[in-house]
Amino acid sequence: MYEQISRNRWRSVFLIIGVLVLAAGIGYLFGYLFQAGPFGLVLALGIAAVGSWSSYMYGDKLVLRVSRARPASREEYPKLHNIVEGLCIAAGMPVPKIYVIPEQAPNAFATGRNPEHASIAVTEGLLQTLNRVELEGVIGHELSHVKNRDILVGTLTATLVGVVVLLAGWMRWGLFWGGGRGRDRGGGGGGNAIFLVLALVAMILAPLAAQLIRFAVSRRREYLADADGALLTRYPPGLAAALRKIAASSNTMRVANDATAHLWFSQPSRAVGEGHSRVERLFSTHPPIEERIKALEEM
Amino acid sequence: MLGLWIALGVIGLVLLYGILVFNRLVRHRNRVENAWSGIDVQLRRRYDLIPNLIESVRGYATHERELFEQVTQARTRAIEAASVPDQAQAETEITRSLGRLMAVAEAYPQLRANENFLALQEELTATESKIAFARQFYNDQVMRLNTLIEQFPSLIVARLGRFRQREFFEAEEDSRGVVAVDL
Repeated sequence: MYEQISRNRWRSVFLIIGVLVLAAGIGYLFGYLFQAGPFGLVLALGIAAVGSWSSYMYGDKLVLRVSRARPASREEYPKLHNIVEGLCIAAGMPVPKIYVIPEQAPNAFATGRNPEHASIAVTEGLLQTLNRVELEGVIGHELSHVKNRDILVGTLTATLVGVVVLLAGWMRWGLFWGGGRGRDRGGGGGGNAIFLVLALVAMILAPLAAQLIRFAVSRRREYLADADGALLTRYPPGLAAALRKIAASSNTMRVANDATAHLWFSQPSRAVGEGHSRVERLFSTHPPIEERIKALEEM
Repeated sequence: MLGLWIALGVIGLVLLYGILVFNRLVRHRNRVENAWSGIDVQLRRRYDLIPNLIESVRGYATHERELFEQVTQARTRAIEAASVPDQAQAETEITRSLGRLMAVAEAYPQLRANENFLALQEELTATESKIAFARQFYNDQVMRLNTLIEQFPSLIVARLGRFRQREFFEAEEDSRGVVAVDL
């Protein structure tokens, strides 16, 4: 546990350094291209520093907002509150803020920077499909992410690196559609050229960013959180049953995206009934559910 | 002269280590105390729930007077218990009679439709599991303290500082009966 905490701290530091270096490189390049000298470098570094600081301080709020999470009151969700409180007693940690997401697919995530500043969010679908023991399994998994600071790395990754991935995604579409329109009108203007450069930069950055995400959030941590969560509830079959129910659910996630995918309890999918081909596994942020269940059954 | 400095250095290091271990032992002992009082918090929460629960069941289950008496008496005994074994016995009695009360309540359809009762039932279930979790946390903390006291070389400091090992909560039938920890 303590090794994981310090490893996650180092990961976070490297992540921020990586982003700063990347920003410095881009800034220098732009400064060089537009003959602005060191101005580009300073500006880019400034933006990256502010971005890092704000995603450390407010990344959790951003992630929660993007996921359309709203605070779950004790009056409305007494069972959820009781389960979280009980497991926090077992883990000897402060109770995180509790959120609910209006979404039918059963899923959950945790975010924040440390156990004192943590939030845990579950979907309505999760509360409806799982019974108490299964819910305890899922919440235990999420609390383990909180305790070993996976949430810090995950949230930084989502806000710092994920933004690049999202931008690149939009840019690709923009280039596709915008480029087509430009040809129709016969020749693009100056604005189009700048956009083209931006799009190219984003497209070059996207794979780098994706690589960063994979570096930061190794899929092994999901197994670890499963194991730690089961240790908390002292009942691995509960979590295994929850995973089975989630695998069987055919509801798709509307609020998840490429930037936040790695945060969720189970990989959010937007296509129904997708199998796990080898390529998919290579690019996925989570291990396949069947293998997580198998690991739990072997405990 | 050099030998003297080396000797002083070694003594200094040993002392420093001793202080570090001593502080760790104190920290762990305090965590155990804290975990112990965490159990009490949950037990007290259960005492508070009992009158409300009986009040909401009484109107429907009029024939269960004897059962109400049992729960109430066990509660009183637990609160007034002077020694840990006495309290432990009363707590076990509470758990048993409450379990019976809830089983009986299942037989009354109006009760199961009563929102107030359902809310109390959820609170009771949650409190029972919180008691179990608090005990689990206590055991985790006791294990850490005991390991430190048994391990070499920290056991030397533990002996000198008169740190004593604590007893685990046995997992036996959710009772506090098996515990003999001096408070």
